[in-house]
Amino acid sequence: MENSKNIFNENPKSSLAKVLDIISTMASKPSGFIGLAILIFHVTLAITSPWFAPYDYKAINPTLMLNAPSSEFWFGTDSLGRDVFTRTILGGRTALTITFFGSIIALLWGGLLGIFCGLVGGRIDDIVMRIVDAFLSIPWILAMLLIVSLLGTTTEVLIPALGFFYGKGIVRVARAATHDVIAKDFIVSAKARGHSNLSIIWNEILPNVRDAILVEGAMRWSWMLLGFSSLSFLGFGVSPPTPDWGLMISNARGLMSFAWWAVIAPIVGLSSLIIGINLTADAFAKALGIDRSTKAPV
Amino acid sequence: MNTNIQEIKDLSIGFKSQKGEQISILRNITTNIRKGETVGIVGESGSGKSTLALAMMGYIKQGLFTTGGECFFKSLDLLKLNNKELVEIRGRKIAMIPQNAGQALTPNLKIGYQIEEALKLHTDFNKVEREQKSSELLNKVRLPSPKIMALRYPHELSGGQQQRVAVAMALAGNPELLLLDEPTTGLDVTTQAHVLELLKDIAKDTGKSMVYVSHDLGAIAQVCDRVIVMYAGEIVLEGPVRKILKEPIHPYTYGLLKSIPKLSLSGLPDSMPGSQPQPGNIRSGCSFYDRCNFSDDECKVKVPELKYLPEIDTSVRCFNHSELTSKTNEQKITSDSKKEITIDEILDLKDVSISYAKQGIIDQFLNKVTDTNPTVKDINININKGETIALVGESGSGKSTILKSIAGLLKTKDGYIKFDKEKLLSGDLKKRSSEDLRSIQLIFQNPDESLNPNHTVEQILSQPLKLYFGLTGSKLKSSIAELLEKVRLGAFYMSRYPRQLSGGEKQRIAVARAFAARPDIILCDEVTSALDVSVQAAVLDLLQKLKEELGTTYVFVSHDLAVVKAISDRVAVLYQGRLCEIGPSKDVYQFPSHPYTEVLIGAVLEPDPDVKPKLVAEDIVEEKPPEIGCSFQGRCPRILGEKCRQEVPPWQIGENGNAIRCHINIEELKIQQS
Repeated sequence: MENSKNIFNENPKSSLAKVLDIISTMASKPSGFIGLAILIFHVTLAITSPWFAPYDYKAINPTLMLNAPSSEFWFGTDSLGRDVFTRTILGGRTALTITFFGSIIALLWGGLLGIFCGLVGGRIDDIVMRIVDAFLSIPWILAMLLIVSLLGTTTEVLIPALGFFYGKGIVRVARAATHDVIAKDFIVSAKARGHSNLSIIWNEILPNVRDAILVEGAMRWSWMLLGFSSLSFLGFGVSPPTPDWGLMISNARGLMSFAWWAVIAPIVGLSSLIIGINLTADAFAKALGIDRSTKAPV
Repeated sequence: MNTNIQEIKDLSIGFKSQKGEQISILRNITTNIRKGETVGIVGESGSGKSTLALAMMGYIKQGLFTTGGECFFKSLDLLKLNNKELVEIRGRKIAMIPQNAGQALTPNLKIGYQIEEALKLHTDFNKVEREQKSSELLNKVRLPSPKIMALRYPHELSGGQQQRVAVAMALAGNPELLLLDEPTTGLDVTTQAHVLELLKDIAKDTGKSMVYVSHDLGAIAQVCDRVIVMYAGEIVLEGPVRKILKEPIHPYTYGLLKSIPKLSLSGLPDSMPGSQPQPGNIRSGCSFYDRCNFSDDECKVKVPELKYLPEIDTSVRCFNHSELTSKTNEQKITSDSKKEITIDEILDLKDVSISYAKQGIIDQFLNKVTDTNPTVKDINININKGETIALVGESGSGKSTILKSIAGLLKTKDGYIKFDKEKLLSGDLKKRSSEDLRSIQLIFQNPDESLNPNHTVEQILSQPLKLYFGLTGSKLKSSIAELLEKVRLGAFYMSRYPRQLSGGEKQRIAVARAFAARPDIILCDEVTSALDVSVQAAVLDLLQKLKEELGTTYVFVSHDLAVVKAISDRVAVLYQGRLCEIGPSKDVYQFPSHPYTEVLIGAVLEPDPDVKPKLVAEDIVEEKPPEIGCSFQGRCPRILGEKCRQEVPPWQIGENGNAIRCHINIEELKIQQS
């Protein structure tokens, strides 16, 4: 009732206007604003940091080992004498890129498979879902370690591998969202008209489940970021000397008691990015009218 | 002594829009409920009738607030009480009976427990007394064997029984005022008639006041002493039920009554143009001005006051009501415009039976027939080109099931469906040719569900056009515009989303989508059940006009016998998935007819307090059709005995051309029923 008047005066909007609308709704709440600000800050930093990084990230200088923060080295130096500030602002680049593309892969295969299973149902659905369940029961980190040690830690391996392991959850969300609309008469109507499954997925189902899947994908992104950093921490993510938060934490953790600065900077970088993504995803969900607090999708 | 139990004075309720404007839902409502009377509140959806009923028990929905006025229960202003004081009144003084009892009852608590809970809350009885009282209450609402009933869970009861339990719970606190919000909407016709009978008797026996909110003038006519007609948040007419329904002196009520299909009339009812203004869109002048046939310039600028006419004890909000009094009694005689149907078969259902039972893998392997008693059995119907055939029956009669199997959404177990004399229609949708699929289109009951909420009207209508005719670009656009024109909507609707349309407009889009395929047959599944009466009349009229224009054949499924009578050429009456009677619609509604048809026709509620429904059979709901014998044996008021239980009755052709499946000789039936 509240919106009835606005709805009747509403004019059709271009898709760009719709996106801007959603973003302005997200930013209208403090939590959404903070989340968006952190996310935008991180993304801009990752894109622009190579141009203003004060030092060479791989320049080893034994005379500058473990210097405390100073006006010369803002965040101090690490055990090899490298500038922690330089390495911190550069450290999110690889993680962000790999997990971003990983999430897109996860979204694509997870979303499409989930919708397909929800649509066709029956035996195919049963079989696919049991396979997904079986994969869900494997500790992902062990499986990742196995893949990485067999195929190497290149980007070409990491992106699809992460995309695969984080897409399993999206399959379930997409399938549940599809089940919500599948019983509606407009799907029955499309079936009775004789549309192909692909056409029904694309035209009828996707517009109705898109929002739920996108929100889930955004949440998966933050999880994947944490997962990727864990891999780096264990030495299976980015290979040195490429700066990476997980790797930095791993290298400096033994010296934490007297060189806290070398650990604190990457930790703040990683956790602020994850918090930023989480807050943004929540605000995104609310802006789209999906309330994650009352309705768990899985 | 003051005889008013409730007095509402100048009550206005509204909400604040996002722009901060104040938008009213109820405007200046002033009325009284007297002790011991039953008052009906009628109006279309969005007229504010439920908001008014809720305000009567001091409840204002979240987001709404009173902008003025008072609502007195005896001497208490309900709207000024705090929650604690309201708890004392609700249940003990004022009780509410909800629309959907199935949802109002807790699914995992036994009926007896739920009633005792209500007693515990609203009375001071001890445990033994409560148990006794709860069986007493169940007895009062005429539920058979209350002791056994008390041990059941809500899902083990039928819709009518659930509604009775809700009535019993409302009576638990022995309230003085009962509020009923659409208590019989969604029930089957026969059940509805029985529940209304019960409510009427309760009102008479206990002397309680009742407020009965409904859109159904037929139900109002049966139970109410006085009627309040609401339109766009205002009372437009208020008075004794006979005056209101027989000589309405407000143009809206007049139009509303005209738009209801009645068994006593043939042909389509008149439709009212336009739709009710949305809250916030109400302009100056009379809110009914746009749709009124009696309006003049004064109505456009001046808001009419609710004027009390003591000579007929009626209040009316209209400047020109005196004009109407003289015109009302002219009954327009609609000529039967239905043309003779030439016998040119387009669809042939032969021995069709459909089963929902799934065969297990092992049974499939052994080729075992597991279901000897399918949901739908032995359906033989021939449908001719250009006719409208209606399938009628209560819920569970298999009418929608048959429709789905014609559309190819359900496989038939036995028998076949032949299209256009020679083409056998496959039970598997995927095996049907695109041409066959195009020829048969479906329109669904609820346009909210049948239109994709994320598509614009243009996208919705382009689906069939692209699929069947491969239209693109400007050709597609002009075809869509043409379709919109055909369903009396303009081309500017193209960019709108379903949520921006009213119920009637949405259903028109659904109709347009079906016609986009240029089909030979359109299957209509309860297409007007979700619509308001005035909108229903307009949609029926549209369907009739399109049919005359394009020669389409309709298979029309409905539970509403009056609607069916208005639109159909032939009627097939179904009970438990078996055909009972089939014939030309004017003959099916005449005697002699199958006992089930007789029961159905008897239960139809006319918007006339002097026409009472005839309750001939018990309103039992049968879970499954009987294995042997007549399908209606369980409820038949004219059952002969063993014969009906053992043998499937033969078809008999009546003098009017309707075929009846009954053991009773047709001449005998005629004598019994006259």
